[in-house]
Amino acid sequence: MFKAALHSGSGKPRRRATVSSPHKPAGRKLLEWRGRIDQHFGYGSSEASRSLYLEDGGQYAALLQAELEQPVSLGTTIIAASYAGGVVLGADSRTTTGNYIANRVTDKITPLAENVYICRSGSAADTQAISAYVQWFLQQHAVDLDRHVSVKTAAKLAQTMVYQNKNMLQAGLIIAGWDKQGGGSVHTVPLGGTLLQVPYSIGGSGSAYITGLCDKLWRPHMTQQECHEFVVKAVTHAMARDGSSGGCIRTVTISKDGVKRDFLPHTRVPIAYGEMQQPMSVGA
Amino acid sequence: MSGIGTGYDLSVSTFSPDGRVFQTAYAQKAVDNGGTVVGIRCKDGVVLGVEKPVASKMLVGGSNRSTYPINQQTGMGIAGVSADGRQIVNRAMQEATQYKGFYGEVIPGYVLSERIASYVHLFNLYWYVRPFGAALLMASYDSEGPQLYLIEPGGTAHRYFGTAIGKGRQSAKTDIEKLKLTELSCRQGVVEVAKILHTVHDEEKPFELELAWICDESNKEFKRVPADLAAEAEQQAKAALDEDMDS
Repeated sequence: MFKAALHSGSGKPRRRATVSSPHKPAGRKLLEWRGRIDQHFGYGSSEASRSLYLEDGGQYAALLQAELEQPVSLGTTIIAASYAGGVVLGADSRTTTGNYIANRVTDKITPLAENVYICRSGSAADTQAISAYVQWFLQQHAVDLDRHVSVKTAAKLAQTMVYQNKNMLQAGLIIAGWDKQGGGSVHTVPLGGTLLQVPYSIGGSGSAYITGLCDKLWRPHMTQQECHEFVVKAVTHAMARDGSSGGCIRTVTISKDGVKRDFLPHTRVPIAYGEMQQPMSVGA
Repeated sequence: MSGIGTGYDLSVSTFSPDGRVFQTAYAQKAVDNGGTVVGIRCKDGVVLGVEKPVASKMLVGGSNRSTYPINQQTGMGIAGVSADGRQIVNRAMQEATQYKGFYGEVIPGYVLSERIASYVHLFNLYWYVRPFGAALLMASYDSEGPQLYLIEPGGTAHRYFGTAIGKGRQSAKTDIEKLKLTELSCRQGVVEVAKILHTVHDEEKPFELELAWICDESNKEFKRVPADLAAEAEQQAKAALDEDMDS
């Protein structure tokens, strides 16, 4: 089956599938029909829209069906960075099935244990399944240990699953958290199932656009606030450039003091260079 | 059907009317009749000492080892039937390797002690096996600091400040209780263990002393006490013993 590749560095041609492109014929056709579906579901009389829906001999229905049949993918920007005393994880919130945004407020930062979280990129189904397994393993393990699990163990369990099923999975993971032994730490598990401990890591299709930015901006021993700003800035830039990343920005900060979640709605995402200002709306 | 066990001691799967498993008790006896093994937890590590009776004058020294490293941070001393003990040591090594492979971290001492105890306990459950005639002292030094565990044939695991098993355990334990373990360093502990084992061994029969430790000085790795230090400890032990005899 055709699967969308979303992790940076996969470099395979199938990648084009997740990049939303209005230039492609399929995209244009879809836009053309988008007006009609509005009529069909919202505005037209049922009799009129029914005839509209059918007048093309089911072409539109087939087209939409084809979009929705694409695998649900996290065409994504994810990041986790360590600072003095903890880690900050960040992610955009876009989930796509082909060109269709299946969910614009996705939570790609999933808890594995109280003190360990995971950033998911690739197939939504695959990474959800992996996360669920690791959660379960860690719960058992925490009972065995009678204390908090280590970030390293969580990463190792995820890595084992990715590596042993590398032919079936489409998953790029970043595992980060805080524990007594190692403090705040970031571990990355890319497509093939390598496990690396790194000071910071970026992943997903959007990460390709911000490698240089992150190399420039990340510093060791940042404060929590500096690190949070770094993460938000990195995700903002990636969302501006990468068509498969977008929506709002979610972050999770983990330190010895616990876990803190933050949410930046799309209206508050700072505009990048060359972008147009958000249109004014009543609520914002 | 008369005598000591009166039929209730034939299988490990039979309780006696007053609720005991005789086979398990016999296994414990096999340990209690063996050479003395002493373990103490000092402020900077753990010291194990094993008293090994020398069966023959023709025996090459240093053979039949009874202390084993399990992984870098854990080691064991065998009391009782050493062949049985080695089986448990093998299992401990497997558990440690498997844990590291699965979780990516070194197995904590208390987890290993419980797993080993569970393994030992299996041999108290089925009629077609016999319990191990060995007990093990396990020394570990991990994120929890230095720890000493005793695993017995019944499948129990306990954590100790210091303990002794084997023939001379009673007087060895009273000697250990006199030590100030919170102030004692392993270097001093080695001498104390040597003293205790020499005191406990009151017969004229020759014996070999095997000393192992895991401490800051050994780089938190389970190792045999360096030969020079072991020899010095034994010398001091003998001198102290002679002094006691004279006074």
